[in-house]
Amino acid sequence: MKDIRILGIESSCDETAASVVLNGRKVLSNIISSQIDIHTLYGGVVPEIASRKHMERIDRVVNAALKESKVSIDDIDAIAVTYGPGLVGALLVGVSYAKSYAWALNKPLVGVHHIEGHICANYIEHEDLKPPFISLVVSGGHTHLVKVSDYGKYEILGRTRDDAAGEAFDKVARVIGLGYPGGPKIDKVSYEGNPNAYSFPRAKISENEYDFSFSGLKSAVLNELNSLKMNGQTYVQADVAASFQQAVVDVLVSHSMAAIDEYKPECFAIAGGVASNSHLRKAMEEACAAKGVRFYMPSPVYCTDNAAMIAVAGYHEYLAGNISGWDLNAIPGLKLGERN
Amino acid sequence: MILAIDSSGLTASVAITDEEQDTAIAEYTVNLKKTHSETLLPMIDEIFRLTGVVKGEIDAVAVAAGPGSFTGLRIGGAAAKGIASALNIPIIPVPTVDGLAYNLYGYSSLVCPIMDARRNQTYTGIYEYVKKECDLNVDTAKEIKSGAYRYEMKNVLSQCAIGIEELIDKLNTLDRDVIFVGDGIPVFKEIITSKLKVMHTYAPAGLNRQSAVSIGRLGALYMEKGQTVSAAEFAPEYLRQSQAERELSEGLGEKS
Repeated sequence: MKDIRILGIESSCDETAASVVLNGRKVLSNIISSQIDIHTLYGGVVPEIASRKHMERIDRVVNAALKESKVSIDDIDAIAVTYGPGLVGALLVGVSYAKSYAWALNKPLVGVHHIEGHICANYIEHEDLKPPFISLVVSGGHTHLVKVSDYGKYEILGRTRDDAAGEAFDKVARVIGLGYPGGPKIDKVSYEGNPNAYSFPRAKISENEYDFSFSGLKSAVLNELNSLKMNGQTYVQADVAASFQQAVVDVLVSHSMAAIDEYKPECFAIAGGVASNSHLRKAMEEACAAKGVRFYMPSPVYCTDNAAMIAVAGYHEYLAGNISGWDLNAIPGLKLGERN
Repeated sequence: MILAIDSSGLTASVAITDEEQDTAIAEYTVNLKKTHSETLLPMIDEIFRLTGVVKGEIDAVAVAAGPGSFTGLRIGGAAAKGIASALNIPIIPVPTVDGLAYNLYGYSSLVCPIMDARRNQTYTGIYEYVKKECDLNVDTAKEIKSGAYRYEMKNVLSQCAIGIEELIDKLNTLDRDVIFVGDGIPVFKEIITSKLKVMHTYAPAGLNRQSAVSIGRLGALYMEKGQTVSAAEFAPEYLRQSQAERELSEGLGEKS
């Protein structure tokens, strides 16, 4: 079969990224320009600032990705871009750029779903991973338990009813004075804390056992800290962090194992920014091993937002003939498995 | 040839202009509520298809660089970047308000574009056209004697974001006739009628909104002077900080 090279572009949140991927598996370049330093000043991602930074950086990032890949633009078969979900202003920069770039070069354009991209990140380092499998996508904006029945075919088993897991990490980190971004900071400090110091709730949703809820957990942490403060007591930051994190990990693992019990897949894969959490990775690996299910996870660099995963997802869309029109729009609330 | 784009306001406008032939080859302008993200590139595609102009014939992309709707500026700006980068040609950033004023080339009174900038503010500027002797080439030297001239657009007030009342005060002080242009007309007409003391009028439909031909024509003048940037360098001129930046700097100001 002829080699297929896809240029991927990603700008859904606070990372401007571009990548060239060969045959949906081999990453030839992976450029990520993070804005995290800027947004740290504000304690979280500021959409308007993110959009402005994407504008300033997108062309340089795309050029750098092409240069590093050593692939001539003439040899690029299609251009894949994230068109949702995400921050609308941020998405629009990538979408507008990718569309006009593809148009001017007479190349096909492929719109990619961001979460599908995260799942596809697993194909990069795992030659043997093929659908069907079940995947848990956890990030700052998303918490989804997904059945991947084929390339490009997704069924949502469960999702968060309120906050995303990563959002809860950010909020709790802020309250206990760890600052932004919360995920990596809680991960690190938890090694020094007792995960059983506090008993925080593990929420279950009665209507759908695979759905998640993290707002109650977040409130429980806040209430605990408030009552300690009212009683003039102090708390150990690492203990709160470790106990909170354990509650999140427990819920993510138990939901995933329930899905494994019901659907009996041979493989299970985690994805998304929170999938780089070392405690979650270890717990999930052990739980899968106990059930005899092959466990996959991307390297941390492919867990956080990147464009290699978009190029991989775009590769499968391209093969399936899902070419986007020049009227492709950014869709901030794009549903998984939806095609526009 | 120049591909010109203006999506700074509610209007989406694209054009191909040919400076050598002094011709606007095509202009496609729509005033729709529909999002620019969906319409802009199909419009560009359509004018190329209809005219048969080849993408490789385009020498530069002129774009309304701001001020305007933040999102609109980015949709047009990112489109310009993608095309300029792919075709390896420069971008000519054209100030949006200058572009609006250029719709009324040669008008005898002051020209005042007004764009709705929300919160009773307007993106505006004040312009006048001054006669210049025709010095374009040797042939026209004869015409000078016969009285031929061209107009040069001059800034009386460079584009800025100010309160509508402040603008009206300035116009009252200048004490000259003025014509308004821009999507701020329906928004500010009432206050202009009640507070403006000088003779004034409003540009009619077809001239009173952003036009990519104006951006292309002004762009050609800028390109002649070498005022172009690369696709990587281009960034919109928002004239305003984001709300978060404003609040942060105000907050820091209070503390210090």
